[in-house]
Amino acid sequence: MSDLLEITDVSLEFRSLRGVVKALDGVTLSVREGEILGLVGESGCGKTVTGLAVLGLLPKPQARVTRGQIAFRGDDLLAKTDEEMLHVRGKVISMVFQDPLASLNPVFTIGEQIGCVVATHQRASKKEARQATRRALAAVGLPATDSLLGSYPHQLSGGMRQRACMAMAISCGASLLIADEPTTALDVTIQAQILRLLFDLRDELGMAQILITHNVGVAAQTTDRVAVMYAGTVVEQGPTQDVMKRPHHPYTVALYECLPHGKKAGELITIPGSVPDLIDPPAGCRFHPRCTKALEICSSSKPLPTQIAPDHWVACHLAVQQLDSCGSAVSL
Amino acid sequence: MSLLSVENLTVHFRTRRGFSGKSAAVVYAVDGVSFSIEAGETLALVGESGSGKTTVAEAVLQLNTPTAGTICLDGVDLAKLSRRDRLAMKHRVQIVFQDPYSSLDPRMTVHDLVAEPLHAGKRMRPADVDSRVLSLLEMVGLGTQHLWRRPHEFSGGQCQRIAVARALAVDPDLVVLDEPTSALDVSVQARILVLLQELKQELGLAYLLIGHDLAVVESVADKVAVMYSGRLVEAGDAAEVFHRPRHPYTAALLASVPSPDPEVRSQLGVLQGDVPSSVNPPEGCRFHPRCAYRMPICETTMPEMRLVDGGTTRACHLPDDALPSAGAGDGGSDWIESSQLFIDEGVEASADSAAAAAAVLDGRPIDPLGLLNEKDRR
Amino acid sequence: MSTASPAASRFLLDDWRVRHQSSLEESRHSVRIFFRDRLAAVGLIYIALMIAVAIFAPVVAPYPGQGRGATDLRARFDSPGAQHVFGTDNLGRDVLSRVVYGTRIALVMPAIVALGVVLIGVPLGGIAGYYGGWLDEVVMRVTDIFLAFPGLILAMALVAFLGPGLRNIAIALVVTWWPWYARLVRGMAISLRERPFVKAARTMGVRDSRIVLRHILPNSLGPVIVQMTLDVGAVILEVAALSFIGLGAAPPTPDWGLMISEGRLYVFEAWWMVVFPGLAIFALVLAFNFVGDGLRDVLDPRSRR
Repeated sequence: MSDLLEITDVSLEFRSLRGVVKALDGVTLSVREGEILGLVGESGCGKTVTGLAVLGLLPKPQARVTRGQIAFRGDDLLAKTDEEMLHVRGKVISMVFQDPLASLNPVFTIGEQIGCVVATHQRASKKEARQATRRALAAVGLPATDSLLGSYPHQLSGGMRQRACMAMAISCGASLLIADEPTTALDVTIQAQILRLLFDLRDELGMAQILITHNVGVAAQTTDRVAVMYAGTVVEQGPTQDVMKRPHHPYTVALYECLPHGKKAGELITIPGSVPDLIDPPAGCRFHPRCTKALEICSSSKPLPTQIAPDHWVACHLAVQQLDSCGSAVSL
Repeated sequence: MSLLSVENLTVHFRTRRGFSGKSAAVVYAVDGVSFSIEAGETLALVGESGSGKTTVAEAVLQLNTPTAGTICLDGVDLAKLSRRDRLAMKHRVQIVFQDPYSSLDPRMTVHDLVAEPLHAGKRMRPADVDSRVLSLLEMVGLGTQHLWRRPHEFSGGQCQRIAVARALAVDPDLVVLDEPTSALDVSVQARILVLLQELKQELGLAYLLIGHDLAVVESVADKVAVMYSGRLVEAGDAAEVFHRPRHPYTAALLASVPSPDPEVRSQLGVLQGDVPSSVNPPEGCRFHPRCAYRMPICETTMPEMRLVDGGTTRACHLPDDALPSAGAGDGGSDWIESSQLFIDEGVEASADSAAAAAAVLDGRPIDPLGLLNEKDRR
Repeated sequence: MSTASPAASRFLLDDWRVRHQSSLEESRHSVRIFFRDRLAAVGLIYIALMIAVAIFAPVVAPYPGQGRGATDLRARFDSPGAQHVFGTDNLGRDVLSRVVYGTRIALVMPAIVALGVVLIGVPLGGIAGYYGGWLDEVVMRVTDIFLAFPGLILAMALVAFLGPGLRNIAIALVVTWWPWYARLVRGMAISLRERPFVKAARTMGVRDSRIVLRHILPNSLGPVIVQMTLDVGAVILEVAALSFIGLGAAPPTPDWGLMISEGRLYVFEAWWMVVFPGLAIFALVLAFNFVGDGLRDVLDPRSRR
């Protein structure tokens, strides 16, 4: 499978009142055709920023990509002008956000909003736009009826609104969908429906996806490959089965130990310390101040992604050391 | 005698319309909910939006007026107390909210926030207030350096600790935890859960945990009560309910929770449709429009909570022996398979798009079709 | 975690600076944000200057006697020059001095009106919003009645009823203005009372009156302050307008509006009688508007990061 989207060594900064926030530091990711890549991490890890950076949706003067490349089918996205990006967004790569109510314009009907996207990208006639809208609605499991087309966002439930947003996202045949916490605001059973929908989009439309989430369970069940992020860096990435069953980075391991699934509250092992301030991030490995297994080198030298198994990369000095000494990766 | 005993709690809200205040519609938020919490025990009230769990919590906190039913603290019916006595009872039940930032007045310092409940009671000397505040902060892992700062200077986890300290200020017997960790990161959540558990043991607290994160609930709760559309559908020991759900909704809920273990296949999309409207709930069992096992009786008669083996109670017309004995916490595949038997029995859902859409816009959920989707098999 | 001994904790808690470190830091941060807006800074400096001018009027004005009203009929209609920088009016009075003395009225009137409006409108709005029910209905209907009248007309009617004079103008303006603030605060109170921290206070058994005083009102003050600063300009204009039509200050009070009124008869021969008081009004109102905008930035949480 070829690489659809390649993010190579991207570093990004934000200018803020208090200083320069080094939001991303050397992020390398790739998404292949027809696969779902999960971007997992806690708040402040940079997963949403990465998603927005792909589509050039970050505020222009404040946010600056200082290094690296984002290429879609070989086409450099960072080099594009705003005008050119307009043709990418919605048509080639689309995005769905956390709060569907905020993503939909309350004064336009669902039909009008989806139709608008179609009309913008495909220069379709009204009739064609309506047909495309109906197809999109059907693809996301909504009834493609006149009454639904004519209803306003507030008349729909949360799950239906999110489906409507996804209909908008797929209406023009985009090849990549970036879903930023699409189910966080939804109930568990509705979340399950939406996750199932993501599968359908992958299987029936061949749509590749980046699923950004802080919920490890969602990532485990829905993604083919996963990248774990911490404080603006990718600490581990690889096939979901590998990364989650045999994690090698101390943060990934610690994350699992925090999860309450199947454990009593007294058994939870917590991560000491707190997420670093990205205006003044720790030198070397950004996780080292909180890492129970930190080595001397971790405080001075930034670990680079190293392949420890087929398609499984870890940015950790300890993992690399163990690889060298044992000849094969040892899971922590 | 239970610490908290809720009998047949019913809360209906009237939506006011127009100048004369004539009610336009009734919101059936909570209907006939009964449960009890013993001292030192954690009961989790689980449900999705529209289940009424938050309304139940507010009723226990005396933040709304029940339409019917009784709430008893140590056997004393709160409604029968004089206003003064009821105010005095307030200190026995306290709350920690979901959003740490909006539950703290942004203009107050940590000291004033934690001291506020102390001022509401009988007069204390300032020095006593100060030392009590300090000891409360220490209990939650904060210190003097935090005393004079404001909420926005703290992280979410620290704000939650402040909220917990404040809740403990008046020595409550029961603390209502309204999704205390859902706004927090996983690692922070773990710290708060550990803290809550320690405090529970140290101070002998009882908790009423409102939640929709079943993993959190399972690790913290002693007893669980599952709510759907204002009614209880199942209640019992946490371990029993989680491993042997006896209500289709509970099972579907558990099956929908994505497991962090990628080798365990969670049954995603098991439940179709949406939560029913609280203004116009379905006749009979409120879950029947989405239930794959519904029978004619479910559409007309509301099931009562009945005791089944294992000590759980549930409200469902399905006969006790029809349910499988396999566990459902990790996907429930056995449960789903054995329920194939019921598919032919009167499960006719409307496949007509137009009717479905009409149902949606009327506030009723789309009838479920394909509870057992072929694509469930991976 | 150190267990502070009672003696040590008392010392810490008595230290004023430690207690208020958060407020002090916030104030410093607010000042920094405020001064980022150059126009707001200029406005603030101008207002400070005007306050100084008002206080030190006898010293600043070249002809303090004339500022208060003394005439000099030999120097009538002198055009602006070395002797009289702003010229003289129809009674030979130095326009500059009168403008300087007029600053006192121009600043004191809005201050009094603001005080009155806030003392009446804010608590009423807060109580109406928090308690709701019939109290809210009554207060809202009353504000509806007041707001149905065009402000200036209502003020005029009231002054006509009470009799002309600056004191009555102040009363009339307070009466016409308080409903806006009641509405503003009521809106804030309604949204605040649903917030978790208010619910928490009720759970703790805090009395409603204390909740309104300690939680609702302080959190409503932000928009009130901004609105007030922007309204000051309007107050100055209304005072000037009322004085212009003769319902305000009586001659020889150096009220700017009155000066324009007196000067309008001579506007072709002695334009300076109208222009300089007019510019003074314009500059002060503009300054308050800039400051109001700057304050809005300070209070808008988004611009604080």
